[in-house]
Amino acid sequence: MSVKESLSSVWRVALTALPMIVGILLLVSLLNPVFQKYYPSVFSGSYFWDPLLGALAGSIAFGIPVTSYIVGGELLQKGVSLVAITAFILAWATVGLAMLPIEINFFGKKFAFLRNGLNFINSIIIAVLTVIILNLS
Amino acid sequence: MSEKKISVAWKFLSAVGLIYGLVLVFNQELALEAWGDFVATLGRVLPMVGIVFGLMFFINLFLKQATIKKHLGRDSGIKGWIYTVIGSIFVVGPPYVLMPMLSELRNQGMKTSLTAVFLSNRSVQPVYLPVMASYFGWKYTLLVSFFIISFSILSGLIVSKIIKE
Repeated sequence: MSVKESLSSVWRVALTALPMIVGILLLVSLLNPVFQKYYPSVFSGSYFWDPLLGALAGSIAFGIPVTSYIVGGELLQKGVSLVAITAFILAWATVGLAMLPIEINFFGKKFAFLRNGLNFINSIIIAVLTVIILNLS
Repeated sequence: MSEKKISVAWKFLSAVGLIYGLVLVFNQELALEAWGDFVATLGRVLPMVGIVFGLMFFINLFLKQATIKKHLGRDSGIKGWIYTVIGSIFVVGPPYVLMPMLSELRNQGMKTSLTAVFLSNRSVQPVYLPVMASYFGWKYTLLVSFFIISFSILSGLIVSKIIKE
């Protein structure tokens, strides 16, 4: 590709990506403060419900992974179980309900729903496996 | 990138703007808190967006479609999976920033399954791991990282079975 063709290609992608990114950041900034205050009160220590709720919370919440570690660390100090926090951290980075519009736009509905669904299930399985192995060792 | 996709993106932004307008009318405090959070996040994200667009420019300029197809395409084999896992670990950035770049790579021949692997590996990034270890310990961090990489490959394999390349 020539310089002009490459610039033109990037510009066309930017025309779609920038409004999507700004829209998603606006949406997430609005949703996060609403959901965050409920996180510490819904976890009971169950190996079934905690990772499920953790993954759900992580799917709604959103941001760079390092933010999820800080939020997770704070929740751990407030008594939330490690299995819930692990699912929360993993779903935070790999499942994005708010990101679905941009993912569908770039890769199609089938891919977006399949990938997010798989990562949601993976978050729960990895959380349970990690905590079981840590408890055994 | 089709005109339809561009139009959908702007419609989405307009719809979110409308939601903000409504929240501002009914709950000014929440709207202002959210706006402050948005401005701070945007400030952190914009430099990454610039880097990604820069990367896309150079990918278009220097990487030939045939090269991408060879290393990340249908016939890339095990090497394609290894390159993708390594790339996903070392390319830092949230998924929504990287999606345009991955979409461009896919248009040039990258396999769908490898796109899934890349997007499933966003938690394993060397720059962030010390922070995770400081909260949860190195044993936990290494174990979780191992599982994330393993399950991202599993996700890629499932995607390759369900979505035809």
